[in-house]
Amino acid sequence: MHLSEAVNTGYFFLAPWLVFAPLIGLLINLIFGSRFSEKGIGTVASLASGASFVVSVLLAWSLASSHGAAVTVPFLEWIHIGALELDWAFRVDSLSTTMMLVVSGVGTLIHIYAIGYMHEDVRFKQDPGRFRRFFIFLNLFIAMMMILVSGDSYLMLFVGWEGVGLCSFLLIGFWYDMDTLGRPSWANSNAAVKAFVTNRVGDFGFLLAAFTMFWALGSFQFDEVFEAAHTVAPGIIVAITLFMLIGVAGKSAQIPLYVWLPDAMAGPTPVSALIHAATMVTAGVYLITRSAELYMLVPQAQYIVAMTGAITALFAATIAVGQYDIKKVLAYSTISQLGFMVAAVGMGAFVAGMFHLVTHAFFKALLFLSAGSVILGLERGHHHLAHGHHDDHGKSGGKAGKKKESQHKDEEHGHDGHEVFDPGDMRNMGGLRKTMPVTFWLYLIGTLALAGIVPFAGFWSKDEILLDASLHYPTVYLLLSIAAFFTAFYMGRQIWMVFFGEARHEAAAHAEESKPIITVPLMVLAALSLLGGALNLPFEGFHTLGHWLEYTLHEVEALPLNLQVAGISTLLALLAILLSWLIYGRNPLKAGQPDPLKKPLGFLFTGMENKWFVDEGYFAVIVNPFKKLSQFLADVVDWRFWHDWFHEIVIAGTYNWLSTTALNLYADQKGIDAFANWLGTATQSLSAAMRKVQNGFVRSYALSVLLGVVLILGYLIVK
Amino acid sequence: MIPVEYYIILSAILFTIGVTGVLVRRNALIIFMSIELMLNAANLAIVAFSSVLKSFSGQIFVFFVIAVAAAEVAVGLALIVEIFKTKHSIDVDQMNSLKG
Repeated sequence: MHLSEAVNTGYFFLAPWLVFAPLIGLLINLIFGSRFSEKGIGTVASLASGASFVVSVLLAWSLASSHGAAVTVPFLEWIHIGALELDWAFRVDSLSTTMMLVVSGVGTLIHIYAIGYMHEDVRFKQDPGRFRRFFIFLNLFIAMMMILVSGDSYLMLFVGWEGVGLCSFLLIGFWYDMDTLGRPSWANSNAAVKAFVTNRVGDFGFLLAAFTMFWALGSFQFDEVFEAAHTVAPGIIVAITLFMLIGVAGKSAQIPLYVWLPDAMAGPTPVSALIHAATMVTAGVYLITRSAELYMLVPQAQYIVAMTGAITALFAATIAVGQYDIKKVLAYSTISQLGFMVAAVGMGAFVAGMFHLVTHAFFKALLFLSAGSVILGLERGHHHLAHGHHDDHGKSGGKAGKKKESQHKDEEHGHDGHEVFDPGDMRNMGGLRKTMPVTFWLYLIGTLALAGIVPFAGFWSKDEILLDASLHYPTVYLLLSIAAFFTAFYMGRQIWMVFFGEARHEAAAHAEESKPIITVPLMVLAALSLLGGALNLPFEGFHTLGHWLEYTLHEVEALPLNLQVAGISTLLALLAILLSWLIYGRNPLKAGQPDPLKKPLGFLFTGMENKWFVDEGYFAVIVNPFKKLSQFLADVVDWRFWHDWFHEIVIAGTYNWLSTTALNLYADQKGIDAFANWLGTATQSLSAAMRKVQNGFVRSYALSVLLGVVLILGYLIVK
Repeated sequence: MIPVEYYIILSAILFTIGVTGVLVRRNALIIFMSIELMLNAANLAIVAFSSVLKSFSGQIFVFFVIAVAAAEVAVGLALIVEIFKTKHSIDVDQMNSLKG
């Protein structure tokens, strides 16, 4: 047990502000936000998130100066029932501070970016009122994520786990009354519901793990659980870890629960970057790393985790090849990269997994935000175009304008004939290198980092995972290497399709570069993607992150650079990029032309394009039978049986008969009523009879008295 | 000495006359007189028993009866005077306004 004496030294007492800084920002925007300008709201939210980052930095600094010993900052007594003692305490150790720094650091950059992005997004979607709501949700997310990573027990972690799930739901369905193109539809809210329901399945696994833990180990608190874990049968730990894996599969989008993440792209792009790439989805990886001591006890469970991750990595990478939506490609890429991390932590290479988590947060946030910049650029181009026509009509009158309009119409029909312009479709892009140069360079840095090219951050972290896999798990190594090849290929495809060649749509030709408020945070992220590898270089004395995490994880294997593994992975990546150039770069895609891979790959490409029909499979196997069952239960069992038959006929019928016939007619009318009536009439007739006695004649009264006296006396005498 | 039975018989006869008078006459005054007759019949019986039993309590009782009867007559006559003033009659059969 680490005692919390250190609370009094350093800045550890600030730990609750991790959560409360964003909460205060949220409250300020909630209460006073209606009086602020957009910039004011964004500034408040960014400052709140930034305060969280400052606190994280101070905590990390204090931790480093107290030699990395974990510190628990007690905060609130929460639940005390019998043996169950749950407190809200903040756990500050090297693992949680790493997560805090990533979450608040990347989170703050994305907050700043979102000020610029959401301004244009709400403009294009014609509802500026949602600007404030967006930042409130974003701050809530930061607060919840901080609860998740700073919690001292599995249950506190679960509180954050559910909280970020809620924020994810709210933000995926942010434009809940339209689809991604802004048409009225429930597509976005359906995506949000899908994410929420899928996550519930995973959360159920998490809960089972937590309950088993409490039942077998008697605690939720991390240290107590790890201590008790050595004393129970390994079977119980296997059960706990595998139930936990279900939770991880839900939150970190692994097979079989990954299906929600691509749909989650319905949310605004900063959300995709923050929640569905950099932070929330890595919560599962954090959970496994946090539970390292449990997983180390049961190699069988570790193997299953590693295989789940590796298969997911490859599977998602193949789907990414066949996607046309710029964000969908990145979404599948995220699933694939999360597969890398899960495989790493499954193999016991926790440092490699966390390292990849950190670098991935940098370059995937960069890619998503750059993709957002591209989408905005196209939106601007489209907007400009629409207004340009008006000007033409006004100026040159008639001919020229009409001609251009018809031309424009033809072009639009060329794109599958859809009227609505999709700014996220890569088939509408092309040649953006010239119109959006800053975004292009930033995107290129992100791509090279993701593809794993020396010396970008992604190379070092991915290489560490591959090295670990090559030493311990050859199957995983093979799967991950193929996945890495696909990664480089689909990223190359994306670069050639988006930025090279000729514009395939008027909007792409007129695309405009984004403002500095959007590009500056991207530059910071690009710098981090470029240099992030320095956190943990595979050379003697440079295992900074490894040593840092060693305080928490105890057994850390510091591997030197293996030239063979690094060489093969770099070669594969370069080969894949070359291949993508041969297919997409040398002969750029023309407008309306099908994907050049379609012909040679045939049904394989159809599979990739349609996500291997997994959604359809889930619909056929789970959703549709479930709907049918619900329909059956609702219509036949509930309505016809319970309502029409049981309720209407049996209960209501019996009751009606009972009340109208039995009780009303017989018991009430002929029984009680009749008796009451009889009582009334009897009294009436009796009094009518008796009234005759009261005739008012004194002498007849006197006679009555006399008779009475005679009777009484007679009785007394005769007796 | 006259035997006590004679007094009792006389008392009974007087009482019966009084009762009959109350029952058959309509004039309130006559009814009053008949009531007096009954009271005095009772007084006679009490005094008779008193002398037989050599006890004064009977005679004291009779004094009380006479006093109460006097008071009753006073009230009764006042009532009759008032009734006569309003109805110009003292026929008890016409005083039936309290009938049920």
